[in-house]
Amino acid sequence: MKQGLHPVVMIGLVIGAALFGRALPTWTLSLATVAASNALIALGIVVLARTGNVSFGQGLFFAAGGYGVALIANVWGITDAVAQVMIGAVCSGMLGLVIGPLIARYTGIFFGMLTLALSMVMYGALVKSAALGGSDGFNVGRPSLFGMAFTDTREADFMLYAVSVVTTGLAGIAATILFRSELGLVSLAVRENNLRVEYLGLSANRIVTINFVIAAVFAGASGALALMAQRHIDPQFAYWTTSGEFVFVAVLAGYQSVAAVFVASIALELVRSFSNLYLPNTWQLVLGVFLLGVILFLPRGIGSLWIRDRHKKNKLPAQIPVTVDTGVVP
Amino acid sequence: MNPVLSVRGLDKRFGAVVAADALTLDIAAGQRVSLIGANGAGKTTFVNMVTGYLAPDGGAIALDGMDIARRSPRDVARLGISRSFQIPQLFIELTACENLGVAISGARGQALSFHAPANAQGRRDTAIELLGRFGLADLADRPISELAGGVRKLVDIAMALVRRPKLLLLDEPTSGVSAEEKFAVMDRVIHAVAPDAATIVFVEHDMDIVSRYADRVVAFYNGRILADGRPNEVLTDPEVRRYVTGGGR
Repeated sequence: MKQGLHPVVMIGLVIGAALFGRALPTWTLSLATVAASNALIALGIVVLARTGNVSFGQGLFFAAGGYGVALIANVWGITDAVAQVMIGAVCSGMLGLVIGPLIARYTGIFFGMLTLALSMVMYGALVKSAALGGSDGFNVGRPSLFGMAFTDTREADFMLYAVSVVTTGLAGIAATILFRSELGLVSLAVRENNLRVEYLGLSANRIVTINFVIAAVFAGASGALALMAQRHIDPQFAYWTTSGEFVFVAVLAGYQSVAAVFVASIALELVRSFSNLYLPNTWQLVLGVFLLGVILFLPRGIGSLWIRDRHKKNKLPAQIPVTVDTGVVP
Repeated sequence: MNPVLSVRGLDKRFGAVVAADALTLDIAAGQRVSLIGANGAGKTTFVNMVTGYLAPDGGAIALDGMDIARRSPRDVARLGISRSFQIPQLFIELTACENLGVAISGARGQALSFHAPANAQGRRDTAIELLGRFGLADLADRPISELAGGVRKLVDIAMALVRRPKLLLLDEPTSGVSAEEKFAVMDRVIHAVAPDAATIVFVEHDMDIVSRYADRVVAFYNGRILADGRPNEVLTDPEVRRYVTGGGR
């Protein structure tokens, strides 16, 4: 059966993409950094969507990761970019472990609305919290990397780009392995028929919870990257429009391909940047038309461009003797 | 000899409808039991209670002496009861082999692997072997959405078989199959199931299938057991002919 790229090749591609940043103009570095960060959290949404559940409130974990990193950076002075990514992932992962088992028993629109409600509870709490800067938030210092401080703007941007691309790339490799794994297969089964999964002796709730926690970890790491890029955090991280943007990327990508998430995130950033530049008053309209176009022509997402023929490639020749009524070989 | 399945005084009501009325039944290891009855007689409700989908209002269900009433379908499956469905419950975007793969993961009884490939050779070999028993090995890599209804039924039964259950419940295994092919399909099912499932209970409306493949028949009527015995005894019982088989075969 088709296996796809070997993980070692994928690691090579990630390193290549990181080094490619040296050749990119400065303005594209920051755009690519944002795209990679958004791709990471959207990847988590895709991981969760493979169980048939969409989170409309990933901003909750995005903010949890960002605030966790910001507080630790300001209190204990941890400014290392890699450490911050890990701290963000751990903070959100722990929150996911608390919320996941409670929310996994819900499906469909109830699941989506609950995630949205929880993220807005977080938003409300952050806005009211004077210790965390209320609606204004607070600033954090410039990140370092393995003890090196970056005072040159171009070098700092490249460092952030490289950390974002490597983090998102490694998460992408992990997701690819996950999609091909036993858990990945059973996640798709939960998406289609969770009762049958239970009849086969598996816990659909546990499978949803695991995917939920993975999505939370990715969102927390993404929150850390966004924090490093902005060097400021505020409750907007948890707001519903922020979560909606990540769902936007996930819808564009579809749930079948990891690579599609990166393509969708970059496409979204490019459309947003150029429409903002040339149509400053109607750029949201352009973005909406773009999304409608993808939904209309690629209802299973950008990934369906190269994934949709997976089964067709495996089709057997027409002479297989399958009868009309039962399909049983006589 | 202790029965594999022992049901005592099982009750189930849906409002004013009595779906199970003090059902008492023992099924011994190795038996091939057919449940017959008109629509609404309580056959599928009985299967749903035994497999944990419905909680009985009263009574006891024991598998090998262990109480399983009110346990979840997951627990019941783990304890050794598998079932297939009247309308096959499959993962239609997955291939037949992948459907079996999900069943294999359930039967392993271990935590799901995050990294081991779902299509590892050992798992695939097991799936192909099982599909091969049903004559479906050539269709292993076809998505379920492309398969005909009869094939889906066989895949559904193959999935139930992965766990090597102590008791296999088949809900109308030949429904939707043409009259010309029903015996061929049932032959294939019985042949495929034989190595793994010693005890089979199947719900069936076709009396030709019942008389040919069952060694015991339990007739249901209005949530009660109307008759229980050998096929030739039950199918010729006047009450069964009147309320269940409609007076002829």
